[in-house]
Amino acid sequence: MQKEKVITAKDLTKRFGDFTAVDKITFDVEKGEIFGFLGANGAGKTTAMRMLCGLLLPTSGLATVAGFDVFKQTEQIKKNIGYMSQKFSLYEDLTITENIRFYAGIYGLTDERIKEKTGLLIKQLHLQGQEKTLVRALPLGWKQKLAFSIAIVHDPAIVFLDEPTGGVDPITRREFWGLIYEASAKGITIFVTTHYMDEAEYCNRVSVMVDGRIDALDTPANLMKDYSAASMDGVFLQLARKAVRTGD
Amino acid sequence: MKQFLIFVKKEWLHIWRDRRTLFILIWMPIVQIILYGFALTNEVKNSNIAIFDQSRDEATLQISDEIAASHYFNLVKNVYSYKDIGATFRKGKIRMAIVFPKNFRYDLLHSNRAQIQLIADASDPNTANTLTNYASSIINDYQQAVNQNADLPYTINTQVRMLYNPELKGAYGFVPGVMALVLMLVCTMMTSIAIVKEKEMGTMEVILVSPLKPFRIIIAKAVPYLFVSLLNIVSILLLSVYVLGVPIVGSIWLLMAESTLFTLTSLSLGILISNSAQTQQTAMFISMMSLFLPTLLFSGFLFPIENMPWPLQVISNVVPSKWYYIIVKNIMIKGLGFESVWQETTILVGMTAALLGMSIYKFKIRLA
Repeated sequence: MQKEKVITAKDLTKRFGDFTAVDKITFDVEKGEIFGFLGANGAGKTTAMRMLCGLLLPTSGLATVAGFDVFKQTEQIKKNIGYMSQKFSLYEDLTITENIRFYAGIYGLTDERIKEKTGLLIKQLHLQGQEKTLVRALPLGWKQKLAFSIAIVHDPAIVFLDEPTGGVDPITRREFWGLIYEASAKGITIFVTTHYMDEAEYCNRVSVMVDGRIDALDTPANLMKDYSAASMDGVFLQLARKAVRTGD
Repeated sequence: MKQFLIFVKKEWLHIWRDRRTLFILIWMPIVQIILYGFALTNEVKNSNIAIFDQSRDEATLQISDEIAASHYFNLVKNVYSYKDIGATFRKGKIRMAIVFPKNFRYDLLHSNRAQIQLIADASDPNTANTLTNYASSIINDYQQAVNQNADLPYTINTQVRMLYNPELKGAYGFVPGVMALVLMLVCTMMTSIAIVKEKEMGTMEVILVSPLKPFRIIIAKAVPYLFVSLLNIVSILLLSVYVLGVPIVGSIWLLMAESTLFTLTSLSLGILISNSAQTQQTAMFISMMSLFLPTLLFSGFLFPIENMPWPLQVISNVVPSKWYYIIVKNIMIKGLGFESVWQETTILVGMTAALLGMSIYKFKIRLA
């Protein structure tokens, strides 16, 4: 059965001067899928993701996100995606509710919907009674979970997560992945980059980028079989060793 | 539009939460006005002087009395020898000494020629000049009073009228200067920092991924500072009228309109700075170097531009505050209308358009 494809990329390339950051990558992501996007530092993950989000114009190739062209229809793409950056992306000097309202507001949700969503989110994250707490005062794990929930507050078709669990303890990471599964069950496609190989095993399919190319793309189980490795760690090390470029 | 307002509200929350900065933004102009108004004045008042009167007749006593009675001078000592004058100067007790020779009145009445020597401490040349001028004018007044009845042939009387500022108050010059300085600081520095902060925090990326139009983001960030600046203008004007006694002679609406224009110039400059700066420190440093010092030096507020060597005069033309300073002086102090400031206004409009154009050109919708 052919599933609906929400991201398609064909020979997508980005060059900065002489440097080819992303080199003819081709892949598809299906609706509702959790797609892991792996690669060492400097492999070109973030650049590829930025092209898909409409932050960077590709040099050549083709790509669509949620059915829209990344060259011409970035405005429509932006309305249909959520994004959580590597850096913590909430406003520390605003309260939890203010952050939710702000992000929901700039995606054009109605006041009624914002109110409803705010209540729902607070309940889901067990933050009752802390609505007026400044985000600054929250522990990092809570902040990350809140940031993820806010990234999907407008029910986007796809959410892009750029190393969302950096610096978070293992228990919180598990809880975080719980949220990701919930979102995926609701039909939101997850596109996630990560360094943690145990997380890669949570994904439906993963791609491994080496020097700007996608060198492997399959389900974690198939990859482990192909590379006769006991874990994704083994797969990744075998692939990453081929890299010529050094990390940044 | 609704998204825009949500953004403005968020910006306002940032300012409101950071009470310390808000406090500084609101109090800075008030403190500056008060400082310049009372402490850092370049007017000469109550200068200590000594008198060496070798004649002690009716005329010298009368002149001495008048000098001592004026609020420019404060007679601290009568000295009795030139040596004594030198010693008093060396102790730094006086700024000026007045010497009457022997037989002053006799000479004045009989040979129609009498001399008074004024000795001033010229280590501060401006003050020395001012003091001798004041003293000379008091002596001249006395002379005219003496000559009142006798019509002397061939005399030239100079009549001086100080236009716009008859009391020669320093405040007339620095109120426009402080307005330029404060608006520059608040609008340019705070706006550029506010934008760069989002870049530093990583929130800029998230906002750029959202459907908000990038240029709206920038404008939304500037709006709250526009309000703070207008508040500052009002507080400066209230202080200058009611505390310093500097009246607004011209149209207050024209003054407000021109101030808003200058605010927009400063905001555009702030946006341009934020485009090139990656950290808050850089933004702050560029703002300080490109605004604070040039505004102080080249607006004509502390140092007259006409006295500068020509390369500096040329440079002063690109400093927006120079033009705003002229505009405020013309409207507020001289009470002139728009016809007297249209050239300066045109220059500011041109600068704003150029700065804004450059910002739009440089502003990256996409991050790289």
